[in-house]
Amino acid sequence: MKLAVLIYEGPYNHEASDSAYNFIQAALARGHEIRGIFFYHDGVYNVTKLMEPPQDDRHIAKRWSELGAKGIDIVVCIAAAKRRGIVDDVLVPNVRISGLGQLTMMAIEADRLVAFGD
Amino acid sequence: MSGGEVKKIMFTVRKAPHGSIYVYEGLEVKLIMAAYDADISVVFMDDGVFALKEGQNTKELGIKGFAATYGAMVDYEISKIYVDRQSMEERGMSEDDLLVIGEDEDTEEPIKPQVVDAAEIAAMMAEQHNILVF
Repeated sequence: MKLAVLIYEGPYNHEASDSAYNFIQAALARGHEIRGIFFYHDGVYNVTKLMEPPQDDRHIAKRWSELGAKGIDIVVCIAAAKRRGIVDDVLVPNVRISGLGQLTMMAIEADRLVAFGD
Repeated sequence: MSGGEVKKIMFTVRKAPHGSIYVYEGLEVKLIMAAYDADISVVFMDDGVFALKEGQNTKELGIKGFAATYGAMVDYEISKIYVDRQSMEERGMSEDDLLVIGEDEDTEEPIKPQVVDAAEIAAMMAEQHNILVF
C-alpha cells in the first residue's frame, strides 16, 4: 500500500512524532511504500539541525534525516515553518521546505494518509 | 492517481477555533486543496462547531480572527460543508447561530453549513479515501 504521513506535533513534547516514526518503520518493514512525510503545525520543529538532545536519548531530527536519505520525500510546510522561524538554513539534510500543495499531492497519490497528533 | 479516480478527502474540524492554531492552519489546508482535483468535504463536530459561530470577535485575544475566511471555502467551490447536530446541541448552538459562509449564485440566498446527524457523518466517512483531522 502507498502511504503518506502527516505529523502535527513538535518533537519530545508529544509522542506523535515517535509514533509516526515507529509506524513508518513498521510499514517499511512490511513492504509498504511511503509516498511522503509532511510536517505541519509545530511538527516543523522535528527537523531542525539545531536540535541537540542528550546522547543517551533518541535524536529525532537525525532519525527523520536518515529516512530522507532512503529516498522518502520529507516536506516541511513553508507557511507553518515561516511562522515558527524554521528556514532552509536550519534544516537537517534530506528534508525540504515546500507548500501545502505537496501535502495535497501526497493525499491524492497515497492510498491512505495517516495523521499523527492531537 | 490510482485508476484516475477522483480522491474523496474529508476534513474534520473538532477543536475550538481559538486557543490553538490547529483550526486556522487547517483552514489553510482546505483552501489549498480546493485548487486540486479532489472531492473535498468538511465536517465540523465536537468543539469544532464553535468555529462556525456567528459574531466571533478575537480583538481582545490579540489574535487574528479568521471566521470571515470560511466564506472563502465556498468561493473556492468547496460546497460540502457540514456541521454535526448533536455537537451543536450539546454546546447550546442552533442553526440560527451558524455563520453565513456565502450566498447562492442564482438566488442570492445565504449559504450556511448543512446540519447533519452522526449517522450521516458516519456514512460519509465510510466513503472517503482520506480523512484529515484538525
